[in-house]
Amino acid sequence: MPQIPAVPLSWYLLLSAVLFALGVAGFLYRKSIITVFISIELMLNAVNLSFVAFSYHLHRIDGHIFSFFVMVVAAAEAAVGFAIILTIFKNRRTLQIDEIDSMKL
Amino acid sequence: MDTVLFIVFAVIAVVCAFNVVLQKHPIASALSLIGVMGSLAVLYLLLGAEFIAMTQIIVYSGAVMVLFVLVIMLLNAGAEKPSGKSWFAQIAGLPLLLGFVGLMGFLIRGSVVPWTGAVRFGSWAGGTAQNIGRLLFTQYLLPFEVVSILILIAILGAVVLGQRELD
Amino acid sequence: MNLWLIPFFPLLGFLLNGLFGKRLPRAAINAIGVGSVALSFVYVVFVLSKLYPLHPAYSEHYFTWIQSGFLHIGFDLFVDRLTAVMLLVVTGIGLLIHIYAVGYMAHEGGYYRFFSYFNLFVFFMLILVLASNLLVMFVGWEGVGLCSYLLIGFYFLEGFAGNAANKAFIVNRIGDFGFSLGIFLTVLVFKTLDFGKLATAVSGMPVEASAGALTAITLLLFVGAIGKSAQFPLYVWLPDAMAGPTPVSALIHAATMVTAGVYMVTRVSFLYNHAPLAMSIVAFIGLFTAVLAATIGITQNDIKRVFAYSTVSQLGYMFLGLGVGAYSAGIFHLMTHAFFKALLFLGAGSVIHGLSGEQDLRHMGGLWKRMPVTFITLGVASLAISGFPGFSGFFSKDAILSAAYAHTPWMFWVGSITAGMTAFYVFRAYFLAFFGSYRGHHHAHESPPVMTIPLIVLAAFSLLGGLINVPHWLSPAFPLAEHENVTAMAISVTCGILGIALAAYLYVIRPALAESLKTSAGSLYTLVANKYYVDELYSGLIVRPLETISRSVLWRGVDEALIDNSFVDGLFGRTIRNWGALLRHLQSGSVRNYATWVLAGALLMIFIFSFSGGGR
Repeated sequence: MPQIPAVPLSWYLLLSAVLFALGVAGFLYRKSIITVFISIELMLNAVNLSFVAFSYHLHRIDGHIFSFFVMVVAAAEAAVGFAIILTIFKNRRTLQIDEIDSMKL
Repeated sequence: MDTVLFIVFAVIAVVCAFNVVLQKHPIASALSLIGVMGSLAVLYLLLGAEFIAMTQIIVYSGAVMVLFVLVIMLLNAGAEKPSGKSWFAQIAGLPLLLGFVGLMGFLIRGSVVPWTGAVRFGSWAGGTAQNIGRLLFTQYLLPFEVVSILILIAILGAVVLGQRELD
Repeated sequence: MNLWLIPFFPLLGFLLNGLFGKRLPRAAINAIGVGSVALSFVYVVFVLSKLYPLHPAYSEHYFTWIQSGFLHIGFDLFVDRLTAVMLLVVTGIGLLIHIYAVGYMAHEGGYYRFFSYFNLFVFFMLILVLASNLLVMFVGWEGVGLCSYLLIGFYFLEGFAGNAANKAFIVNRIGDFGFSLGIFLTVLVFKTLDFGKLATAVSGMPVEASAGALTAITLLLFVGAIGKSAQFPLYVWLPDAMAGPTPVSALIHAATMVTAGVYMVTRVSFLYNHAPLAMSIVAFIGLFTAVLAATIGITQNDIKRVFAYSTVSQLGYMFLGLGVGAYSAGIFHLMTHAFFKALLFLGAGSVIHGLSGEQDLRHMGGLWKRMPVTFITLGVASLAISGFPGFSGFFSKDAILSAAYAHTPWMFWVGSITAGMTAFYVFRAYFLAFFGSYRGHHHAHESPPVMTIPLIVLAAFSLLGGLINVPHWLSPAFPLAEHENVTAMAISVTCGILGIALAAYLYVIRPALAESLKTSAGSLYTLVANKYYVDELYSGLIVRPLETISRSVLWRGVDEALIDNSFVDGLFGRTIRNWGALLRHLQSGSVRNYATWVLAGALLMIFIFSFSGGGR
């Protein structure tokens, strides 16, 4: 069996950057509030991957704690976020993000 | 073996992430996100983060995504319609994103993280539940407690917002 | 010893009543309002008995408040013998007046508001008294000013109360401006504000023969005292301050707050001792105010205003005492004055309460039958303020006048004549209210026990308070000067008794004579009855010109012509408005556009950060 070279750490970081960029793209180009919300979760996951990768590199588990907290905050954010989405839907009967633009001069 | 696993799951993650962005229907995006999260959990395992990998599957792909799907069902969210608004985001978004990825790649190449330093499965397994628990209840006790208050506030906020009647 | 607990109780009372008072029953408001001051009083007695000889002073450091360069200011409290006298006066008399207010305010709206302000006032007054440096004292000083404003304007729905409150606040600002300048100059000269360190620093300096830095500091501080203690020319706010409820007049504008200036001057007496010129000015202004206010007091018809002018006059006496170097006599008079003046006001309040709000002496008369307790206690107070032998005012006034005689004999003569006038106008009010026939139409009744008991206690103190030998108690800090002078004593007592006799003759025996005297005095009477037109003078010289300048120059000229026309509507303003109209489009309300800007900004920051070497 031929020896396959091991994966360098920076590949993980690149993967993280790519996922993050895709999350941002979703945020910018998608028009449904729910998909925008999904894109935010994607970005949070991408950052988590960076935390865990750095944690491996430094051989410290502080990074794991951070990503744990990110997950907790993401859960809290999902709860409040969906409550807001529900309220918006109840009041305005729409989920299109571009329709919700009354906060302007 | 590490390399194969990494390449397989990295490809799955990226493809799923593309799917998240490209699909028109929210439910398809949500299901693709579960794919991203699952493959990320495997990558966490490769990096020696057992606890985080399990939390990822249970909390994220389990609980949070169920919430997403539930809300999509509840609101009966349909496919998106082009709006023609936010032209600035449409025009400037892609160049900025490409610039972002390029800059990140450049920085990662030139950073202190060795380009060649290999990740081997099992070479470091610090992320056990025991280690994380110990750190969480000693050094990070205060943030931990603060986070529990944050969750409480989030619950209250969700209840208050959800109760509000249509006016 | 936890000195902080002394002001803490009233603060707690303020918070409880202020935050929750609206929902509490009256009994709870009473318990909190009166109880907090009672606790404070008991704790003061406890602390003082523990620290008994109180020589040297006892101080406590809590935290560093300001640390800036050479300037180090701590939040420190301290107690010495002078503070002890003030603490007992503030909490003791404060407690009696709180009890009295329970009865007096029983039918008023905003009950909880009244008691929370009252407690807040006691809190700030205690901070002022306990402060161990000028800045902490200034905190209390401003705080009592605020409470005074709130309480004068307590009946804020009536225009005159609001105006009176504004007047008191604004006039006090002038004084406080002087006070703060004095503090700045002290920092500049001494690099400290701590009383102990100041005393040490000053003791090494020579007495200033002519005006110098010390004279400037002491005079500026005295400007503050002039404002707070209602001396000429800033006394005009005090008579108007009677617009507040009577317990307020008794506590704040007679017994405690207005004596803050006297206390402050005594506290920094070591500075004054090195500035003889400033001391002469203090004595002169005190004496002048005493005479001026006494003459006005003779002509007033509102019972509270008579007593207000007598307060101004008596404060003038205290400053006379301080100015001639008899600090302990000044503080002695401060204490006895707190007793009998609080009693005078509470008695007046009892009369007003009994007559359902009538304050005009011309509509009273013959009340001695219907209000026996008020009649007797107010009589004791009147005798005390007149310096009748054996009563508390006799001892303290005699101490001041003897010191004045030893210092400058003519000041003694003027002071004695003023004492005669004081006796005359106080008894004029007393006779008009209680003797003769009843001229009003309300049904008069005696006040409830919750009001009369504080009156009786205060009457006991007015009668016997002179036996508390304050000058002896203060002698470690302010050495006793042996100038007991029997002749001077006899002269001032004679003046007082003559004043009483004249009042009795004019208002009891031959009431018609007073009216004919009034008409024969003619223009002189009009001048005095209109308070020498001082208010009108201030209005004409200061307020009107300021208004005119503000209206014609600052408003029409600067604001409309210069700022509006040439800047706002000019090239400058139009350019900014056009740019604003352009940039307004950035705020499109579209979340996705905002997110794009965030991304661009983040990218820019990463770019700058990583290529300026921030990453390494």
